Order: sequence, then C-alpha cells, then structure tokens
Amino acid sequence: MGRVFKYGDHVDTDVIIPARYLNTSDPAELARHCMEDLDTSFAGRVRPGDILVAGINFGSGSSREHAPMAIKASGIRCVIAASFARIFYRNAINTGLAILESPEAAAEIADGDDVDVDFETGLISDRTTGRTYRSTPFPPFIRRIIEADGLVGYLRSGGMAGTRVAGSEPEVTP
Amino acid sequence: MSSQPAGHPAAGSAPETGGAGMTMTQKILARKAGLPHVTAGQLVEVDLDLVLGNDVTTPPAIEVFRATGKTRVFDPAKVVLVPDHFTPNKDIKSAEQCRKMRLFAQEQDLSNYHEAGEPEMGVEHVILPDNGLVMPGDAIIGADSHTCTYGALGAFATGVGSTDMACGMATGRCWLKIPGAIRVRLSGAPRGFVTGKDVVLDLIGRIGVDGALYRSLEYTGPGVAALTMEERLTIANMAIEAGAKNGIFPVDDRTLAYLREVAPERLARGEGWIVEPDADASYDETLDIDLSRVPLTVAFPHLPSNTRPVDLAGAVPVDQVVIGSCTNGRMEDMRLAARILSGRRVSKSVRCIVIPGSQRVYARCLEEGLLSIFVAAGALVSAPTCGPCLGGHMGILADGERCVSTTNRNFVGRMGHTGSEVYLAGVPVAAASAVAGRIAAPEEIGIEAPADLRAEWLGTAGPERA
Ligand code: SF4
Repeated sequence: MGRVFKYGDHVDTDVIIPARYLNTSDPAELARHCMEDLDTSFAGRVRPGDILVAGINFGSGSSREHAPMAIKASGIRCVIAASFARIFYRNAINTGLAILESPEAAAEIADGDDVDVDFETGLISDRTTGRTYRSTPFPPFIRRIIEADGLVGYLRSGGMAGTRVAGSEPEVTP
Repeated sequence: MSSQPAGHPAAGSAPETGGAGMTMTQKILARKAGLPHVTAGQLVEVDLDLVLGNDVTTPPAIEVFRATGKTRVFDPAKVVLVPDHFTPNKDIKSAEQCRKMRLFAQEQDLSNYHEAGEPEMGVEHVILPDNGLVMPGDAIIGADSHTCTYGALGAFATGVGSTDMACGMATGRCWLKIPGAIRVRLSGAPRGFVTGKDVVLDLIGRIGVDGALYRSLEYTGPGVAALTMEERLTIANMAIEAGAKNGIFPVDDRTLAYLREVAPERLARGEGWIVEPDADASYDETLDIDLSRVPLTVAFPHLPSNTRPVDLAGAVPVDQVVIGSCTNGRMEDMRLAARILSGRRVSKSVRCIVIPGSQRVYARCLEEGLLSIFVAAGALVSAPTCGPCLGGHMGILADGERCVSTTNRNFVGRMGHTGSEVYLAGVPVAAASAVAGRIAAPEEIGIEAPADLRAEWLGTAGPERA
C-alpha cells in the first residue's frame, strides 16, 4: 500500500526535474529536487512505496530520462495517470518505473488516499474509498521488456539482435 | 481527438475513413523494419540511420551503454554527440558531463563529434541538417525531444530517452509503436511578417499540447511549396509541442535544392529515399490550414497551446527577449531580426539576447554585417548554445520577469524562476517587442509588412557553407 500524491494535467518534465539540476545524473541528487517546481514539499514528504497520481499527458516536454529516474529514486512505486506523454512512457518502460494508465483512477483517487496496485492484473484498489479500477494492460512485447527489467535486460537476453523479433509477430494494440 | 472548433478562419477539419494504405511515416518505418506493410498500433524494431545525444542526455546513456555489455557502437559514423545545452561549460558539473561525452567520442572514434567553435558546431537540431547528416527516408532517434525537427527533410525522426539512445548506439536498432497520423493539408502562403513559427503555434493552439499524442503530423498540400526549408524545420521542430511522435514533410524541389547544398556527395551517390503517402493512406483526421489566414501568433504562459493573435495580446511589458534556439536560430531568423532591429534601439527596459544557432550561422551573420546591426541596436549576441531556452544559462529570468522568446516551450520555470513568464513568438514579434518594450507586432513600431517575404528568401534556404 502506498499513500497518494495527486497532481493535475500536463505535469511536464520541467517541473518533475527542473533543467537547473540536469548537470548531474545521480539518482539520489535528482530525487532531492523531484517535483520541486510544482510542489516544494514533495521531496521531504515522499516515502518509499508511495504512489503518484496525475491527469492527462503526464511527463510531457523534454526527453530527459532524469524525470523517471528522479521519480523512481524518490521512492515512488508507481505512477497512475489518465495518459502519458510518449517519450516519458518509453522512458518509464525502458528504465523500469512502473506506470499504469487509467483515466477513471486518475479522476477519482484523491490526494492522501491509500492505494494498492497489482501489476499482474493491472488492478488498482483505493483502500480509502473501497473503489477498484482496471488499468490498460501492456501489450506482450512491452511486457517482455518489463519482465527483462528494462531495455538493457531485454537486449542482454537477446532482444534487438537484428532478428526482427517484434516485427515478425506483429502485435496490434487496442 | 476533438475536431476543429467551427468557424475558425485558418483551419477546418474532417474526420477520415481512410484505406489500407500507409502514411509517409508508416512507409519509412515498414521499410526500416523489413516489413511489406505496417498498421497503426503495431510494435516493430527498426534499423536506425542516426543516433543522437547531447550533453544532458549522453552521460546517462554512456552508463547504460556500458551495462549492455557492448564495447563498440554499431557504427561510429552514425552516432552523433553534440555539446550544446550547457556549453560553453557553465559550471564544473556541466564541464564534467561534457568531458565524459568527449572522452566517449574519442574512445569510439566518432566522426561527428565537434567542439564549440568548430564550423560544424552549434545547437544539435540546427547543425545536423546543415551538416548533411539527415537524408529523406532516414530513421533517426535522438535523446532530445526536438529530434522531430528532421521530419522537414522527409525523414522519420523522433525523440527518445537515454536508455533508447544507449541501446540504439549498441545495436543500431530501436523498438517503436507504429503511429497513426493527423494529415495537415496546407494551402495558400503566409502573409506579411507571418512565418512558419506562427503556423505551428497557431496549429498547436487549435489541437492542444496533446492533440497529436502518439501520432504523426503529416504535412501535405500546395501550401508546402510556399514554405522555405527553414520554416519547415521550425514547424517540424514543434511537433512534440502537440504531443506528436514526429512531424514530416514531403520532399520537393526545395528540399532537393537544400540537399544539393548540404549533402551533394550523398545525393550524387543516390542516398536517401523519397516517400509519398499512399493514395489510400489511413489518417485519423485531416486539418486544413489556409496559410494566408494565419495571424502573427503569441503563446502565453504556461503552455505552447495558449495562443492568441498578437493583435489581442494586450499591453504586456517585457523584461527580456530571446532570439535563437533550434526553433528559430537559423539564417532567415537572423536576417529577420536584423531587418527589424536595423536603425532602431532595444527599449531601455529590455535585455535582448540574440543567439545564432550554430557557428556557421554566426559566421554568416558576421559576413553579412548582422552582428553590427544587433550590437548597434543594443542587443547582446551570444555564442551558439541552448542557453536560456531551457533555463540553463545566458539569460535566466528572475521572479516576475517576462520574456518574449522564439524558443519552443513556456512551461512554469522553463527559463528560470517559477514566478517568471515566457511568451513564445516568431522572430518579427520578438524583435519588435524588444524595441517596443512590450509585446508588439512590427507594424506597431512603424515597420511596413513586406509584400512577399518568401520571394526575398528564395535561394537562401540553405546554410550557405563558408
Ligand atoms: S535550443 Fe532549446 S529546445 Fe532546442 S535542443 Fe536546445 S534546449 Fe532543447
């Protein structure tokens, strides 16, 4: 279970980790400034296992992987959003930050709620309100990357070797 | 996505049924994945023609590259590293980041690594096309969100993170989800001081910052011919500000003329692949834009979609003006800025910072006498760098300060203090605002709109290498 930090729509990478801190890529140092330009109290209050909930287009803006790195290093277990900006979505998968897409959960879960997530089933349970939500499941190819603990693990286990693994078995997502 | 608000003068939209054909983007990705056909939503792995990183994203990518277990990059001619964000090194930490990148470039014998000051150097998305590194039909990833700029040349180019960059360097490959597309059909020609920047701001204003999320913006129609190469680069550059995966233009005579200037040998060798959308390509939606009706446009804080015609901007006093960046730091931008600033004075209350986007643009400004015009007007000319665009250095804003900027983002705190404000505009409005001391169109400081700006620019679309 984790306590929810709730934010709005279009949370961009400039507020997740401001550019003035991009002269380092040390996760611990990035975590100290995570969400600073949106919520100066975040870094001081967040505890390991907490959950970040936001609206549409979470992680928009720059390609800085420092953004998912900072969130992961701050202790956040999972980000639940109505939708994610595409580069952030890739970066989270590639670096092993858990993300779940659920417009209903994003709309209804409140700041401070206690929430549980089950990554196997994609089920989100708000213990405070008793409500449950189903998130969009990842397609099989992406699950393989996540199961390999990110893109590097996938590559080391033989992925992207030029065998056109994904292309040879097209997977159409809903 | 929601359709066009009714009755807008510049654009209209129609839902699409579409056929089984492929968009420009889909055709490039199918080819690079070795597949005869792809459809939106499909996940593929593609072969890459170029992998790009900068001084912010490359140091973490180097760590990840080491973790892959590979010792050599897939092709030392196809990995491009550009120190531009915090260079010339702004502090010790940035210097260390740049050194890490430099040592890696040396270790891997990268042919496309240059130091600040070399003629090939500058802001990444200004120099890659100008250095002849982008060809039509290429598949390019860059650990920088504005990598989408290269779609102006009919390439597929998209921004990724450092892990994608690292695995791209290691294997020459990348996983991608085939995007659907919004077709943007252009007609007419921009009027007066309206440029490509106004066209793209106006577009983002109507579809929103997530209006093209996960999709391509594919530009077509007779209006494409009216746009200079540099305007197309500006428009493709800001595809990401609409949430798009990429923006792409068809290749025409003007693209080929540009390539003859920047990559004559590659063109002669038959490199590059010109792609057109299938006649029955499937588009999610079509937007029609009459370029002659696009107004001079300003994006108010704190989203690029928060646009207004400059006439409706009201009285907004400004403290700083920035002219530069990968969006508007090219030769045409410098010439336009000089045209407005020539014989005039920057307002006492304004700091006007002009940043040529590359060393080549800088040298050309010097030759054409533009630097003297800027200096005489009371503007400051910076070395090529990203600098203030991302709030890095060379013009950070204090609490409450306002800046009119030709860059591409105006998020909270983007250029400094979270209490500061960035207003995005094209070069004519930015330069006129510097003179007026408030947001202003060139006409408001007594400058007549040109009869045909594009006609004056014809033949100067290339970087005109020294
Ligand atoms: S000029 Fe600005 S937007 Fe362009 S690459 Fe540099 S920081 Fe990014």
